[in-house]
Amino acid sequence: MRRSLLFVPGDNPGMLQSAGVYNADAIIIDLEDSISLSNKDSARILVEEFLKDYKLNKEIIVRVNSFDSPYYKEDLETLVSDNIDTILLPKANLENTVKLDAILSKLESKKNLTKTIKIIPLIEQVSSLLEVEDIALLNRVDGILLGAEDLTTDMGVERTKKGYEIFYPRAKVALACINAGIEAIDTPFTDTRDFIGLEEDCHMAKGLGFKAKSAIHPNHIDIINKVYSPSKEEIVYAIQVLKMAKTSKGAFSINNKMIDKPVIERAKKTIENAKAFGLI
Amino acid sequence: MKGIAGTLESNDCLITVETSDKLEIIINSPVAYLYEDEIKKTILEVLKNEKQEKLKIVMEDKGALDYTIRARLIVAIRRMK
Repeated sequence: MRRSLLFVPGDNPGMLQSAGVYNADAIIIDLEDSISLSNKDSARILVEEFLKDYKLNKEIIVRVNSFDSPYYKEDLETLVSDNIDTILLPKANLENTVKLDAILSKLESKKNLTKTIKIIPLIEQVSSLLEVEDIALLNRVDGILLGAEDLTTDMGVERTKKGYEIFYPRAKVALACINAGIEAIDTPFTDTRDFIGLEEDCHMAKGLGFKAKSAIHPNHIDIINKVYSPSKEEIVYAIQVLKMAKTSKGAFSINNKMIDKPVIERAKKTIENAKAFGLI
Repeated sequence: MKGIAGTLESNDCLITVETSDKLEIIINSPVAYLYEDEIKKTILEVLKNEKQEKLKIVMEDKGALDYTIRARLIVAIRRMK
């Protein structure tokens, strides 16, 4: 279960070493956009050696280079191991996500892995957004990350702080994930100092069905975790709903609001999340 | 032939490797008085794994941990080719 996913450049020892200190639920070690072409080899080996020595006690996600680059094969061959949990696939579409599933199966068998590596497709092209319902249902896919910067470039529209231009893409990704029973993960908020804007952005995406958000700066993590965790009031209300549901037959009311099956189900989910995030 | 990897940023090291007729290891580190033997041991392990015996290795250390030293040396050696 994730609320926050922190991007860390794969070629920076200082940042790799401190990644475990922050409260992010998952660390995305990046080999793609934050790494210059001349340092692709150096980042890949640094991450490999880092993961041999350090267990961060968090989900370890590696963003490999895209399938249209000459680097992804070596990224996967070097880094697919029991030391990682998930591959974040940039410029994902139906075809390359299926291809990644096959490559991972081969590597898992060749390296005798004890776990199944998951896939998070990064949806950042219009063509892949239009097939996201199918991508979400693929084998190994256990979350979808919306990449709004590249997506809006592909759409030919301005990327704004308010994010109206990604309202439909967000809704589409969220519904595809809900349908597949996986997590919709929101695009990072790129202003690292606008905490009010960040919180509004989190609420907007959460309201559409997103369950988590990625971050490019550690100072975003606490706000993301706060928004994507059940609040104290929500937990107290959920406990009250579940208590009354035990003794009532059929629908009942709390504070003049009717409580029926969907509300009870939501309360169960709130308690489940609160437990998963260590809040109760 | 020469290979370079790493940076002079904090927590990193810059390693330069050159072909030579003998093994020569030069370590410039602010913590050499404490960790020079450990750093050398790490370097020798990588050389063994990479099947290298005769090289001139110069390491400018900025507080790199073991894994960083290993990674930078591996890449510097592979960049020689």
